Amino acid sequence: MHTGKKEQYMMKEFKWNKLAMGMLAIFLSTFSAFASAEDTVKVGVAGAHSGDLASYGLPSVRAAELVVKKANENGGILGSRIELFIEDDVCKPEIATNTATKLISQGVDAVVGHICSGATKAALAIYKDANVICMSPSATNPPLTQSGDYPNFYRTIASDDAQARLQVDYAIEVLKAEKIAVIHDKGDYGKGLAEFAKIFIGKEPGAEVVLYEGITPGAVDYSAVVQKIKHSKAEAVIFGGYHPEASKIVMQMRRKRIKAHFISDDGVRDATFIKVAGKYAEGVYATGPKDTTKNPLAIAAIEAHKKAYGSEPGAFFLNAYAASQALLSAIEKAGSTDYEAVTSALKNYYVETPLGKIKFDERGDAIGIGFSMYQVKNGNYIEVQ
Amino acid sequence: MRKFAEIRKSLYVALWFIFLTFPIMVIRINPLEKTVEWRWMNMALVGIGTFFLSFLWRYLISKKEEGSKRAEEKQNEKISKLRRLIENRKIIAGSVVAGALLAAVFPFVVSLYQTNIMTTALIYVMLGLGLNIVVGLAGLLDLGYVAFYAVGAYAYALLNYHFGLNFWMVLPVGAALGALFGILLGFPVLRLRGDYLAIVTLGFGEIIRLILENWNEFSFGPSGISNISRPPLFGIELSVQNATVYMYYIMIFLCLVTIFIVKRLQDSRIGRAWVALREDEVACQAMGIDRTKTKLTAFALGATWAGMGGVVFAAKTTFVNPASFTIWESIIILCIVVLGGMGSVIGVITGAFIIILLPEYLRVFSEFRMLMFGIILVVMMVFRPGGIISGVRRTYKFEGKNF
Amino acid sequence: MDYFLELFLGGLTRGSIYALIALGYTMVYGIIQLINFAHGEIYMIGAFTALIVISVLMSTGMNPVAVILIAGFVAVIYSCAYGFTLEKIAYKPLRNAPRLSALISAIGMSLFLQNYVLLAQTCDFLPFPNLIPDFECIEPFAHIIGSTDVVILVTTAVVMIILTILIRYTKIGKAMRATSQDRVMASLMGIDVNTVISFTFILGSATAAIGGVLIASHIGMINFYIGFIAGIKAFVAAVLGGIGSLPGAVLGGFVLGWTESFATGYISSDYEDVFAFLFLVLILIFKPSGILGRSEQSKV
Repeated sequence: MHTGKKEQYMMKEFKWNKLAMGMLAIFLSTFSAFASAEDTVKVGVAGAHSGDLASYGLPSVRAAELVVKKANENGGILGSRIELFIEDDVCKPEIATNTATKLISQGVDAVVGHICSGATKAALAIYKDANVICMSPSATNPPLTQSGDYPNFYRTIASDDAQARLQVDYAIEVLKAEKIAVIHDKGDYGKGLAEFAKIFIGKEPGAEVVLYEGITPGAVDYSAVVQKIKHSKAEAVIFGGYHPEASKIVMQMRRKRIKAHFISDDGVRDATFIKVAGKYAEGVYATGPKDTTKNPLAIAAIEAHKKAYGSEPGAFFLNAYAASQALLSAIEKAGSTDYEAVTSALKNYYVETPLGKIKFDERGDAIGIGFSMYQVKNGNYIEVQ
Repeated sequence: MRKFAEIRKSLYVALWFIFLTFPIMVIRINPLEKTVEWRWMNMALVGIGTFFLSFLWRYLISKKEEGSKRAEEKQNEKISKLRRLIENRKIIAGSVVAGALLAAVFPFVVSLYQTNIMTTALIYVMLGLGLNIVVGLAGLLDLGYVAFYAVGAYAYALLNYHFGLNFWMVLPVGAALGALFGILLGFPVLRLRGDYLAIVTLGFGEIIRLILENWNEFSFGPSGISNISRPPLFGIELSVQNATVYMYYIMIFLCLVTIFIVKRLQDSRIGRAWVALREDEVACQAMGIDRTKTKLTAFALGATWAGMGGVVFAAKTTFVNPASFTIWESIIILCIVVLGGMGSVIGVITGAFIIILLPEYLRVFSEFRMLMFGIILVVMMVFRPGGIISGVRRTYKFEGKNF
Repeated sequence: MDYFLELFLGGLTRGSIYALIALGYTMVYGIIQLINFAHGEIYMIGAFTALIVISVLMSTGMNPVAVILIAGFVAVIYSCAYGFTLEKIAYKPLRNAPRLSALISAIGMSLFLQNYVLLAQTCDFLPFPNLIPDFECIEPFAHIIGSTDVVILVTTAVVMIILTILIRYTKIGKAMRATSQDRVMASLMGIDVNTVISFTFILGSATAAIGGVLIASHIGMINFYIGFIAGIKAFVAAVLGGIGSLPGAVLGGFVLGWTESFATGYISSDYEDVFAFLFLVLILIFKPSGILGRSEQSKV
């Protein structure tokens, strides 16, 4: 019996060794990032790649992958290959700071991301100190550019106030709506937008906000809110949020025979929305970047996505595609990955992207992304003239 | 012959999993394009993978059963090797010195990223130890612990934003507010037990988060509060690099304080009362322990650490918004306590390091990260249900000759 | 009055959605006192399987009615299979372990299943076809209640009745009741406890799958995360009604649905969940073991 015990002890010790070896391997692999491939241009991609918001983060990863693949096939930029570093932040500020420090430890030259405004804000403090440029395809919170706190931040999406302005003007001037319901999904994207819409409507004479409500994303149905919209006799509904909630609300509204106009944002201007809401999607308005559907680059980017991943691209795909392109082209124009040089290239040279010919203003917002209103007609988003 | 039976068993398992994963692994549909993609390779992978894994699984299960049988046989010597290792004074002294040294030089030998995630892990050590008081010692299942964390974080964020108070001033305030909210939660749930308690605490956590999300005038809603100042070092503003290192040392210090106090609490009169309450409420009351007071102190003292942790969190991230305080966060902290070993300080510390650092190191596996995390949780629980280092009751041996 | 009625009916539909999922929760809890955190994931997998089957069969140009029936059937079969396997892997080895360990194992499984579907299928929302045609006879009331609402209501009632009969009047039901009262005693009486537990999981998963298909068709879309949110709410409903009791789960679902609906309608949907949880706390303060739960007397 005694020997048996000893043997078992040996076994245990052996296992510990193995564990230590495994840990060592993991440590090495995290450190090896420093050592390998010094002469590549390193681009980080950060955003939610798991958890409930993954569907808004993963399309950006794919966009960056496609852009980088294409660039590398053409010989890279400045004579070196481009390497992607993809990191998940689950859209949580505290994880975003870890993600950001990890990317900096890996020596990235620029970052495409983050996806959510909150996570972006938390991460930006770290990028700023390390002189890393960060370009978000989807963080719309106005202070990100307007406060001047983040000189290294850029975005290829309109800020909340710009989108809200267009929505409100359209509802009041074109649709002649006087009673407007403003609904949001309580997220930083949707609620930010709704807040501005509410303020803008309040300033317009003759128009009033008859209902201002936040809904719970992911709830099984929204019949109570829909009843409330009906009860408020709103002629138009402005919704801030993403397409899953938007399609649920539109479907329930139309089934309950409510004919109010439905106006929403870039998060809803998505092919999935039309497919999910089906016939109920007809007539829905959404703001979005100008003429993407006719832009040959946008068509090519979507085709490339279909070829590589076998499906339609998801939310913010074109924004991320444009962001990746803008970053790479700025590095190329700057002739190096130097922070100052790239910054000046971003602000001074136009670049052709799926969203149009863009460059960036002093604050970091994109110039050249025209904004217009789209409407669903026969199962497609058509720009409203 | 036995071998053959084993192979046959594994074959059945493989077939079963091929059947099970068939629609989701093999077929990929695209309802938008109305196309269907068949991925037969995955089927082969699942089959082969489960075939071999089932051997491993059965082997480990049988080993575990053997182990538990052996433990029953030797009632007296069931103290595991690990525990003996921990209780040996020499080893304790050695490992404490080694640990202290390692902790002291850590930020200088590794990258900023490593320091940063280590600080995060230390925050969770503190949270885990706090929740351990409620769940591990007093046996009250709390699924809304994150609420107190949020209270602390917002206390610092708001006091800093409005009045410019610094980290050191708010730290005790955060702790006090945590305790206050702990009592606030404690009152209505005094009569509740087990899962009813769990669901009410879960609700409490959600209520706090929803208020933060909706009450824009107070908390700035989902867009959160940014540019929270980092803790100053004798009035000097530090760069991000230095601040991260400084934050790390603050956390090391706070964790030591937490460990010390929790250890003392455990052996105190109130600590014994908690354990008694956990074991049997009725008997405990019969022994003259005031149930109300004991439960409320458990909630309050547990929440204190979460309040402090929240303040540190806000100072570290320099940004707070409600997205950080979802129910998942409560679940993660609960996982730390249960996985590490309920009621054991060393266990909870180990648990915090595993739960927080594992997903970070699993980043190597990129998109498979959370999948593996899930598997690891299940496997750990199946093979070590009492946690990695389970708490052991203090025992007093009766030595006959002393009489 | 119309407004009240609309909110009432809306709450009823929402409540029966919660109830359908809560039934599975409560059954499993009744047998092994485990909060099956992964129950919501089983519901999600049921919905996904149905969608996959529908897509595959639709591409062959089959009769839509046949497609719906086959898809529902396959979804139930697969959900049962997943529930069965889940129990064998993650819960059975933990049967004599501390209860919290089983809870963590369940959380791990929930994470695993979510990410499994995320990786193997997609992160995106997929449109789920509306399986239930608009009934002609409902048309006059269409502004108050839709045909899917009616179908969901009826299904919940039918499922509850079937389960009640099953548990009250069949042999396996008797075995289930015995096991829930005292597992050791039941096994001494010659009841195969393992089979009973497996059966309970299969039964719970089947109701989850039925719920999954119906709710997905009601909402019109699914993704890998729907199970988690629905699961939490269903758990609340089950506890509210008194966990372990079948009528309790249904009643709890309704009460929760109404609270949310009326809170949204008359106050604000911003705080809809706050009111739901406050109401829960209120009920539990006065009835600490739920509306229909039995309060247990503990002896020393």
